[in-house]
Amino acid sequence: MDTVFFVGLLSLALIKATPLALGAMCGLLCERSGVINIGIEGMMLVGAMTSFLGSVIFNDITGGTLPKTVSLLVGLLVAMLSAGFIALLHAWLSIQYKVDQIISGTVINLLAVGITNFTANAYIDPNHLSGVGVFTEVEIPILSQIPIIGPILFQHQPLVYVMLILVGFLQYALFNTRWGLRTRAVGEHPRAADTVGINVNRTRYINVTLGGVLAGIGGAFLVLESVGRFQKLMTTGRGFIALAALIFGKWTSVGALLSGLLFGFSEALGVRLQLGDVNELQALILLGGIGVAVLGAVWVILKARRRQEDKRSMPLVVGTLVVGLAMVATALLATFPEVEIPIQFLGLLPYILTILVLTGFVGRAIPPAAIGRPYEKQ
Amino acid sequence: MSEDSEAIQQPRNLAAVIVGRISIPLLAIFTALLVASLAMLASGTNPIKAYLALGEGAFGTQKAVIETLIKATPFILGGLGIALAFRGGLFNIGVEGQLFVGSAFAVIIGYSIELPAFIHLPLALLGGMFGGAIWAAIPGYFKARSGAHEVITTIMLNFIALRVINWAIGVNGPMRAPRTVVPETPAVFESARLPILIPDTRLHAGVIIAVFAALVVYWFLWRTVAGFELRTVGANPSAARYAGINVEFNIVRTMALSGALAGLGGGIQVLGLAPYNFTTGFNVGLGFDSIAVAVLGGIHPFGVTMSALLFGAMDSGARLMQLRTKVPIDIITIVQGLILTFVAANQIIRSIYRIRARGEEDQISLGRLWGGGS
Repeated sequence: MDTVFFVGLLSLALIKATPLALGAMCGLLCERSGVINIGIEGMMLVGAMTSFLGSVIFNDITGGTLPKTVSLLVGLLVAMLSAGFIALLHAWLSIQYKVDQIISGTVINLLAVGITNFTANAYIDPNHLSGVGVFTEVEIPILSQIPIIGPILFQHQPLVYVMLILVGFLQYALFNTRWGLRTRAVGEHPRAADTVGINVNRTRYINVTLGGVLAGIGGAFLVLESVGRFQKLMTTGRGFIALAALIFGKWTSVGALLSGLLFGFSEALGVRLQLGDVNELQALILLGGIGVAVLGAVWVILKARRRQEDKRSMPLVVGTLVVGLAMVATALLATFPEVEIPIQFLGLLPYILTILVLTGFVGRAIPPAAIGRPYEKQ
Repeated sequence: MSEDSEAIQQPRNLAAVIVGRISIPLLAIFTALLVASLAMLASGTNPIKAYLALGEGAFGTQKAVIETLIKATPFILGGLGIALAFRGGLFNIGVEGQLFVGSAFAVIIGYSIELPAFIHLPLALLGGMFGGAIWAAIPGYFKARSGAHEVITTIMLNFIALRVINWAIGVNGPMRAPRTVVPETPAVFESARLPILIPDTRLHAGVIIAVFAALVVYWFLWRTVAGFELRTVGANPSAARYAGINVEFNIVRTMALSGALAGLGGGIQVLGLAPYNFTTGFNVGLGFDSIAVAVLGGIHPFGVTMSALLFGAMDSGARLMQLRTKVPIDIITIVQGLILTFVAANQIIRSIYRIRARGEEDQISLGRLWGGGS
């Protein structure tokens, strides 16, 4: 339990949050314009595979004469294009043919599994393709030297920064530009948008395809910045967790990043605790205590602000805060026996969190009004 | 629903109705096979040779037909589970996890207690149904309580089921068989195994149970009050509520029944097939393929049975195809995805083959209540 542990944990949380935030931004673009996308998982999977193939094949063609980074960038580009293409298929099915968008997303997921497994078995595995490597870390000058914050935020591989920039850019663009206004209009009230001359279906096509490009970056991240090679079904549900992050983040990119960080944090926690250099029980009680205490504190503030509401639940609210603080105190003061927590259980954290979030444990979210409905011109 | 109205409009022309119902799925299958043959050509395989091998592998010998039936069994039950949920307006994408939990429950009952066969086998099957039902009722409850969309919650529960069971059969796990190098449970006792229908083959009684389940689901959906409620909630929840139907209760019940069918499928897999135990990688993907089975089958129990047979045939024939032509088995997943595409986007098929729409269609709307709002 020391600073090094926490800095490492938070830095890893940001890394683990990167594909989730990128996937969530894919969902953001789609859903803000009124198209449900449960095919993010499939788009990321395709992006992961094509980024691998793109970088490896380009490296082979050039015979390794160019720096590794160029091949990796080519891989990234291929991933963006191919995932964008898959997203275009989703748009085509759900806009042109008015297929139920959930079915269409399922089609994308099924096809992605089929295509990537087929390619892996027919081409990648028989040729023993091993991958070009991963992007090297880029330390931001000056900023990375700040104690604690520097190592957490500014010593990462490039796609982490790309993700952060995209989050800021999308947040601005969605609420401050003409494109953003049009997108939101199409998602909330397509008839009204059409009346003022916005091409509803074209807006949806563009947004869904761009969303696919972002999911492609998310998939490429898994290969180009993480393991360095393609593994079958390597997205392991991240596309769906990203969807939950989008909903939890109330359909904004900053919100999606923050909830992505929450999921990333729970994943990072699982990874760090497995290393065995900390007492798992102590860490879990400490972090759980912090979580409960923060929840209690926010709840107290909310209750205090809404004065007209009855105060009957106040003991429960204050109790939450006290329990949280007590857990933190216990974790810091008591000594703990070494308990082995099975790896599989630590890995469950993001999934359980997703369910809790969706069940409105942390407040209800309202999706864009026209979501899921194909638009028909009158 | 729509077939009632069709029956009224065209009482004499039953044949035309049937042709109208199955022409789109058949053309969808044909088109999907055609598109997949492009992928085969790209990887340097003769698609005609591949498909001949596929057909021979599925129906060429008695053994092949039996394998097809065995492979079709879980598809029938998984497809029925998804179709039932669809009819109730729910997309149970978690059949995969429910199948897993069902298998686990059935196998635990099968190996941990010794009972006479006439109690043990039904108990193990019921255990599988119970496990699947619980695993589906949880997201059903969440949906009913707070509108959490079942697509995401059931997927999360799939991962949770997978990881917990992998732990349970892993090294030192509570379900791990003693003295074994691979992660697997002990085999179930003889008394919990499904009887073999034809001696010296693998054909077990599960296929009969599955077909019987299709009949029961048909009876339930169109001949019982509960089934009527389920379909009403699926067609229009507000109208159902107005008519005095408890929508929330129906959502949980629909999910539980859907999960029970999936769990029964999982149970049959462990109780019917040697080595009668549960191991890693067991039945992976069955739940997702069942979605395509249900949609291809027109979300009708009899259609589901037919399309499950087709999927079973593709799976059982794929091995010979791979052996003869070196096409990876995964081409089948692509074919299945394409079939789903063409059935769901039947306008594509209509425009290719110039078929006019036959008026009112079974409209599936799953986007309702998306994202936690209600």
